[in-house]
Amino acid sequence: MAETKPIPQEGTFAPWTDPQAVPLIRFKNVTKRFGAFTAIDDLTLDIYPQEFFALLGPSGCGKTTMMRMLAGFETPSEGTIEIDGRDMAHVPPNQRAVNMMFQSYALFPHLSVYDNIAFGLKRSDMPKAEIPDRVQEMLRLTRLEQFAKRKPHQISGGQRQRVALARSLAKAPALLLLDEPLGALDKKLREETQFELMDIQEKTGTTFVIVTHDQEEAMTVASRVAVMDAGRIVQVDTPPAIYETPNTVYVADFIGDVNLIEGTATATGEYAYDVSFAAGADPIHVTECEADIADGSHVTFAIRPEKILVTREQPDDRANAVEGTIIDIGYLGNLSTYHVELPGGQMVKATMTNSSRISRRDYSWEDKVWLSFRASAGVVLTE
Amino acid sequence: MRRLSWFNATSLTIGFAFLYLPMVILVIYSFNESKLVTVWAGFSTKWYGELFRNEAFLDAAWVTLRVALISSTLATVLGTAAAYVLVRGGKFFGKTLFSGMIYAPLVMPDVILGLSLLLLFIAVGLDRGMLTIILAHTTFSMCYVAVVVSSRLVSFDRSLEEAALDLGCTAWDAFRSVTLPIIAPAVISGWLLGFTLSLDDLVIASFASGPSSTTLPIKIFSAVRLGVSPEINALSSILIGFVTIGVITFSITTKRAVVRRRREENAT
Amino acid sequence: MKRAALILLPYSWLIALFLVPFLIVIKISLSDIALAIPPYTPNLDLSAGWQGIKDFVSQLDFDNFKFLTTDDLYWKAYLSSLKIASISTFAALCVAYPLAYGMARAPDEWRPTLMMLVILPFWSSFLIRVYSWKAILANEGLLNQLLIAIRVIDEPLQILNTPTAVYIGIVYTYLPFMVLPLYSALEKLDASLLEAAEDLGCTRFQAFWLVTFPLSRNGIIAGCFLVFIPVMGEFVIPALLGGSQTLMIGKVLWEEFFSNRDWPVASAVAVILLLLLVIPIVLFQRNEEKQREAEG
Repeated sequence: MAETKPIPQEGTFAPWTDPQAVPLIRFKNVTKRFGAFTAIDDLTLDIYPQEFFALLGPSGCGKTTMMRMLAGFETPSEGTIEIDGRDMAHVPPNQRAVNMMFQSYALFPHLSVYDNIAFGLKRSDMPKAEIPDRVQEMLRLTRLEQFAKRKPHQISGGQRQRVALARSLAKAPALLLLDEPLGALDKKLREETQFELMDIQEKTGTTFVIVTHDQEEAMTVASRVAVMDAGRIVQVDTPPAIYETPNTVYVADFIGDVNLIEGTATATGEYAYDVSFAAGADPIHVTECEADIADGSHVTFAIRPEKILVTREQPDDRANAVEGTIIDIGYLGNLSTYHVELPGGQMVKATMTNSSRISRRDYSWEDKVWLSFRASAGVVLTE
Repeated sequence: MRRLSWFNATSLTIGFAFLYLPMVILVIYSFNESKLVTVWAGFSTKWYGELFRNEAFLDAAWVTLRVALISSTLATVLGTAAAYVLVRGGKFFGKTLFSGMIYAPLVMPDVILGLSLLLLFIAVGLDRGMLTIILAHTTFSMCYVAVVVSSRLVSFDRSLEEAALDLGCTAWDAFRSVTLPIIAPAVISGWLLGFTLSLDDLVIASFASGPSSTTLPIKIFSAVRLGVSPEINALSSILIGFVTIGVITFSITTKRAVVRRRREENAT
Repeated sequence: MKRAALILLPYSWLIALFLVPFLIVIKISLSDIALAIPPYTPNLDLSAGWQGIKDFVSQLDFDNFKFLTTDDLYWKAYLSSLKIASISTFAALCVAYPLAYGMARAPDEWRPTLMMLVILPFWSSFLIRVYSWKAILANEGLLNQLLIAIRVIDEPLQILNTPTAVYIGIVYTYLPFMVLPLYSALEKLDASLLEAAEDLGCTRFQAFWLVTFPLSRNGIIAGCFLVFIPVMGEFVIPALLGGSQTLMIGKVLWEEFFSNRDWPVASAVAVILLLLLVIPIVLFQRNEEKQREAEG
């Protein structure tokens, strides 16, 4: 069902698997302190050209500080940041081939859309005569041609977002930083804009680094996602890998919905373990587990709700099956989530698609049902 | 988190030095032994003693205080009514003229206000004295009160009043039990503003006063026109002291009130 | 009923003590000086009925205004007021801008205190603040003593009783009026706009000139009007610091009234001063409204 690791293939964009590839950005043991507070703690990270890289984490995890260090508004307390092989320690923001799209957009309210986009170009070495063409090009790219003469307060939020994008892309920076670029938009517009962003990133070939606290957004747009917590990077990987094989309970819990079942592990073969979580209950059988776990150690078994099948009868083709009682049903339209209590009192969420109309409801409260999943459906986490 | 750059620190230092040095010098020289205000001849409080023996000054101070208290209180009543009418009164005949008359005195030079009031008092045959100064001061103070109070009225949520009416208040009840407590800080600052403007006013009072009643600013003005005198320095220092203590107390109490309100809001 | 009373009370007060006096000023400015009490003619005689009013109106004329154009004292006083008000407004802007900028960039927890420090002088007596400069600017005053002590000059400069002293006095007393609107405009400025400008290739100074300065325009305009308008009619500062050689229209009006007892001419001077101020006042109101709309 789920592939556990992306296998690099010919023609796939995955420079991080290629030992020959040269990173565009290198964070080397970077630490940033504000007074007694450590915002970034000994962080090392490479980002490659043309990546769409997402920094994901809750507020206060240090993601914005990382972005501001790339833009040059903050300098590391320790360690170095290299862009294109050059140490950026003493390069001020106005001399970096890096542009930023601000969370508030920071559009100049006294300038028109056109002048906002031309602002950076006028301060570059671009010949004056070429500026109008470049601005037109950016207006076309972001579909803003008819708004060129308007002031920022005369256009909608989505249009403002596109002006901010056009302005930061106009100088064709080697690296574009996006600080919660879609945070101010409503859900529908945000989804549309995500695809627009990906499209523009692909067209321009610019390296994008996006900061977001919205995991769906990160998963949709990014080629790789770095999940951050308290100034450290917990996991860097492609969206499928982050989702399917989180390396810690923190990542599993932060990305999407997950059932976390604590228990004790016993090895049963190569890459195979049993996790016993309650006295009297059958242990969970797990295969394709890459971690090396000592017998008897305390572990957490993580499994996504959609990997669990809910049936009335006991299925015979699945490695794990357990009977429980439905406590609650959450109806979401396309999906239903069942909250099922196992005999030991453990609660488990299982999601089923509603493939038929609701007229005949299969399950109801207090029903006894069987929950089943494959041995490779979940992961065993040690931290 | 932000720290001041040297440029900003310098401009703040120079700016505030400019604002405060002259007054500090004035206060220091009020303790000067010498009659010459520009030569330091040792510490002395004798000018304060002289001041308190000078009955003309004491009389003028007493007149000024009474004028300020009465006119600012009258102005607060009239100005609050005017603000309420302006913001909540709906449409009525001559509203533009009314709001024009509220704002005009704020920008009109004092000499014109004073002149016009004096000509009125003469035309109606009113003897110039404390009454005419009170009338004059009430007129311009009420405009300041009206502006201060109306800016508070504009910013507060009308639905609070509507809720009071909905819960059975009469219009007057709603004003007294809901509106007034909310705009109270503005009404108080309006009163304080009127009070200090009245204490401070020289030009209008000069036009409106008669020989029988002289206010302190008129007295000070005629004294300092001739030159600098250590007695005036002493008087000025006392006034500056009063204002400083008053403003600091006021801002600390309002700050406390804000902090307490915020804490209560957080607690709930 | 109560509403009518509420409207009527402040309304009638303002009509009686603001509008009517003002109409009297206009009327007297059209009358002639007379050696009588009151010292002008004609007087409205209502007992003569309609004929009285007609006689009264027929005797009004513009002689006082014509007189103002014949004596170049008035011209000079108007022009000199205009010049002093313009120069001192500009000087106040130059002093206030760095101060307001520094305040707006100061740490959050300092700002209420800094605000209070700016407002505090405003509450203490205007007269005393002007007076405090007398001892500093006098020939044997502290400024001259200091300048001689540090060998900048050899003999005292004549500052008091010159226009320079008036400029200093105006900038000093009206500084809060300039600082407050500037501060409120600069404080609202989003710091990310400056970062965006730097990010797009501006130096700090360019960012100030291209972003901060244009965005504080409303504060600059408001502050300039708040200083310029009252300074035009200023009396105390030229009277205390300006000496006899500084002409300002407020002082001329005062002297016309109290020294020459020429009420009709004093009234005519007042009417002209007000007409001169109408333009900046209207412009100021419009600027305020525009700003309110932009924010609302």
